[in-house]
Amino acid sequence: MLSIRANTLIVAASIFLSAAIVIVSASLAKPKTASPQKGDGLAAWQQVYSVLISPRCINCHTASNYPEQGDNRARHFANVVRGPGGTGVAGFRCVTCHQKENADSTGVPGGKNWHLAPLSMKWQDLNDQPLTSTDICRAITDRARNGGLNGAALLKHHTEEPLVLWAWSPGPRVDGSMRTLPPLTHDEFVAATKQWVEAGMPCPK
Amino acid sequence: MAKYQLTVNGQRKEVNADPTTPLLWVLREDLKMTGTKYGCGVSACGACTVHVDGVATRSCMLPISLLDDRAVTTIEAMANDRIGRTVQDAWVEKDVVQCGYCQSGQIMTAVALLKETPRPTDTEIEQSMGGNICRCATYVRIREAIQLASQRLK
Repeated sequence: MLSIRANTLIVAASIFLSAAIVIVSASLAKPKTASPQKGDGLAAWQQVYSVLISPRCINCHTASNYPEQGDNRARHFANVVRGPGGTGVAGFRCVTCHQKENADSTGVPGGKNWHLAPLSMKWQDLNDQPLTSTDICRAITDRARNGGLNGAALLKHHTEEPLVLWAWSPGPRVDGSMRTLPPLTHDEFVAATKQWVEAGMPCPK
Repeated sequence: MAKYQLTVNGQRKEVNADPTTPLLWVLREDLKMTGTKYGCGVSACGACTVHVDGVATRSCMLPISLLDDRAVTTIEAMANDRIGRTVQDAWVEKDVVQCGYCQSGQIMTAVALLKETPRPTDTEIEQSMGGNICRCATYVRIREAIQLASQRLK
């Protein structure tokens, strides 16, 4: 009897041990498919932020009544004003000068539906200084302020919106030299946005 | 070179032009409509302003290949436009013009303003006209003429 019990116990233990080995091995061999951690998301956000505050982006995300231009982010010449819809004013719209494409011969930039971002998406203060990473993150994750965009829509916006894409094809300045680009490539920007979105769009505190 | 069909002041036109040719030069050189003036060529002065589908547009900045099927209206059509005629009459009455070179662009912008904003404030006039430069500095008379036209259009 005892011998039978001992054998049974040995077999059971062997089965348990084998199963444990299989589970541990499987878990070690399994590729990482878990969602990104918050820390990874925050790091990705900082990359996104570095692009958002570059002149190609932030010049049209002002808190003031005017757009900015140039790497020094000067007030737009000719006293251009925002207007009620962010498209300029009657008789003097953004599209009065900015066409659907860059005017390479004159240095006037262009893109489809050239306009200012709404004031709810201001990324600067009234002294034309960029908002903090935390403040911009909170703004663009607030669907009451960002036009109702969820994470997927934000990713799509960063991937496809023509004026976002313009930042990587900004054309030449009036003097013929090329405008500076954002600090990341567009592919890197989209990848960082995707990582941040998949991590739950965390914002720094 | 390519052929382009365009509508200018309600008339269909066909031109053979390089796709990068600005609308300004199509108007002046191909269609011989010289009321629209060349000022700076970089969208900085407003002398070349026309309306494209009713929107004041710097014709020096618009390559003919990007015009598509949008209608072009130039200073030559203003005499037959109710608001355009009223603005031109106000311009004469206020004796706005000095050298006159920029004035077709000034009038085109003023008409675009009044079509959208029939009762503009002084601030709205200044904001709308801010991209139209007058070397003779006729700005005060321009503002007065726009105000006069606005009153006449009531």
